[in-house]
Amino acid sequence: MEIGLTHYLVVSALLFSLGVFGIVTRKNSILVLMGLELILNSANLNFIAFSKFKGLNIEGHIATLFVIVLAAAEVAVALAIILNIYQNYHHIDVDEINKLKE
Amino acid sequence: MDSLLSLFIGQYVADLKRSLALFAPELVLATAFVLLVIVDLIFQKSKYITGVVALLGFAVATIFMIVSPANTSFGFWQMYVFDPFSNFFKYIFLISGFAVVLISFFSNELNKSDRTMGEYYTLILGMTLGMFVISSAGNLILIYLALETMSLSSYVLAGYTKEIKRASEASLKYVIYGALASGLMIYGISILYGLTGTLSLFQINAFLTQYQGPVFPLVVASLLVLVGFGYKISAVPFHFWTPDVYEGAPVAITAYLSVASKAAGFAVFMRFLKAGFIDPTNASEQVWTMVSSIDWKFIVAVLSVLSMTIGNFVALWQTNVKRMLAYSSIAHAGYMLMGVTVMTEGGYIAVMIYFFTYLLMNFGAFYVVQLIANEIGSEELEDYNGLGYRSPLLGTAMAIFLVSLTGLPPTAGFVGKLYIFQAVINSNMIWLAVVGVLNSVVSLAYYAKVFRNMWLRGVDSNSAPLKYSIYAQLLVYAFVIPTLYYGIFWTPLVFWAKSSVMMFIGK
Repeated sequence: MEIGLTHYLVVSALLFSLGVFGIVTRKNSILVLMGLELILNSANLNFIAFSKFKGLNIEGHIATLFVIVLAAAEVAVALAIILNIYQNYHHIDVDEINKLKE
Repeated sequence: MDSLLSLFIGQYVADLKRSLALFAPELVLATAFVLLVIVDLIFQKSKYITGVVALLGFAVATIFMIVSPANTSFGFWQMYVFDPFSNFFKYIFLISGFAVVLISFFSNELNKSDRTMGEYYTLILGMTLGMFVISSAGNLILIYLALETMSLSSYVLAGYTKEIKRASEASLKYVIYGALASGLMIYGISILYGLTGTLSLFQINAFLTQYQGPVFPLVVASLLVLVGFGYKISAVPFHFWTPDVYEGAPVAITAYLSVASKAAGFAVFMRFLKAGFIDPTNASEQVWTMVSSIDWKFIVAVLSVLSMTIGNFVALWQTNVKRMLAYSSIAHAGYMLMGVTVMTEGGYIAVMIYFFTYLLMNFGAFYVVQLIANEIGSEELEDYNGLGYRSPLLGTAMAIFLVSLTGLPPTAGFVGKLYIFQAVINSNMIWLAVVGVLNSVVSLAYYAKVFRNMWLRGVDSNSAPLKYSIYAQLLVYAFVIPTLYYGIFWTPLVFWAKSSVMMFIGK
């Protein structure tokens, strides 16, 4: 069987759904971040697959490079924030951090 | 072949030179950003010098904005657009940049003795640079990059007072919701890229004029992109972060997020709609037609009604003034979306007028909240009892800002609302105007609560008057006087917005 565009799109849609599922259900902030990474990577896979199979220009590859860099930056900032949360609360459970609710 | 290549390189260099000359304000901001890092290393002891350098950076950028020729053209090979529309919003960002740095000078919460303030002003400059780029971006990947530049700085700024528990919580919530929204957005962009084969808004537009295929994937992709914008302008149902972040963040940052960040979201959303989905052949006419079969009017109208109604009604129950102003800012996003949903020149002009007035009154209101919190150490509504007598200036200023936020004459807020409703009625969406007016009435109820507590409760309290420096007092006047002035003499404002609505769409 030939591996075509559809296969890539299905894998990326699965990654995307798993990422959203992870963000919604996980309690640990680090695992929430991993869900975010899955979403960004599903977008990357889409960009590359469209670029390759639809014979498009190089824009898709460039977009992927930018998204990879941004994902790294975002995780760096988010981890610093989580570290700060740990110093203040001594845990990183997102469900327990709710002082701001009325 | 060689001559063709050299011709191409020659064109490329010419375009780069021309674009860089027009790009000067952004370059100034980037330079100031780097400079601030160095200044911070040299003057580590001083709290204010980095802030002053940031102000200088904004000032030089303003000068470059003023002297740069009024140019409407592409820059950097269609990645970037120079037009009056983006210039208008860049001035809004600069004014709010000045305001947030000045407000931060008077914040006790930020200027604690053991805190260094260098990174704070550096990040504000970085955020402003992101806003500058986003208001001019003509390419989806540039829009995404600029959005992230803004967001990454604001995540850190929201939790800058890192030993305060609620600030660190605000920053965590902001980063999780923000990253999710930007993740959904980039996934939407990737589908849009697959459908149209390009990331440039103008080529997407050209593609859509001929597009005959299925509309469903297009709708899904556009809605996913809309999540990113909706999150930035904090429209319902993408607003969950807003109350928590606004309550937890330092007041100056809350004000900056509610004005400048929202302005950037609106600027890019308006450009996305107009450059991407409006038929360019009649874009200069009064009523625009859409090129795709996506019913943007309906989608934006739903967002607008939801934002206004939920924002205003939930605000009624708030006991914390900052949180109440957060819900009020959601409601204001709803009012402004009314101007976007009509999809006419008049509607866009109304949004721009509204933004200028919103800048004055919202910054003013948050600044008063900060000055009060400096003295009484609280933002709870109950602690505001009798404050009008302890500080008549702050009491009166707050009353003016709240009247303006409600949209009553003779304040600037009235002018903004007037033009929005006028645009909505002109395009025969009477029901939307009725919803808007009813919502304004609801908003009066909770704004009046602050006023009541300040002036009618705790009248006999004989506590000491509130203390603040003469400079802090001058800054109050700097917000109050324009709020009143533009409520009466609004012609220059309207003229400015009318001459700035022109958006370059390559035709």
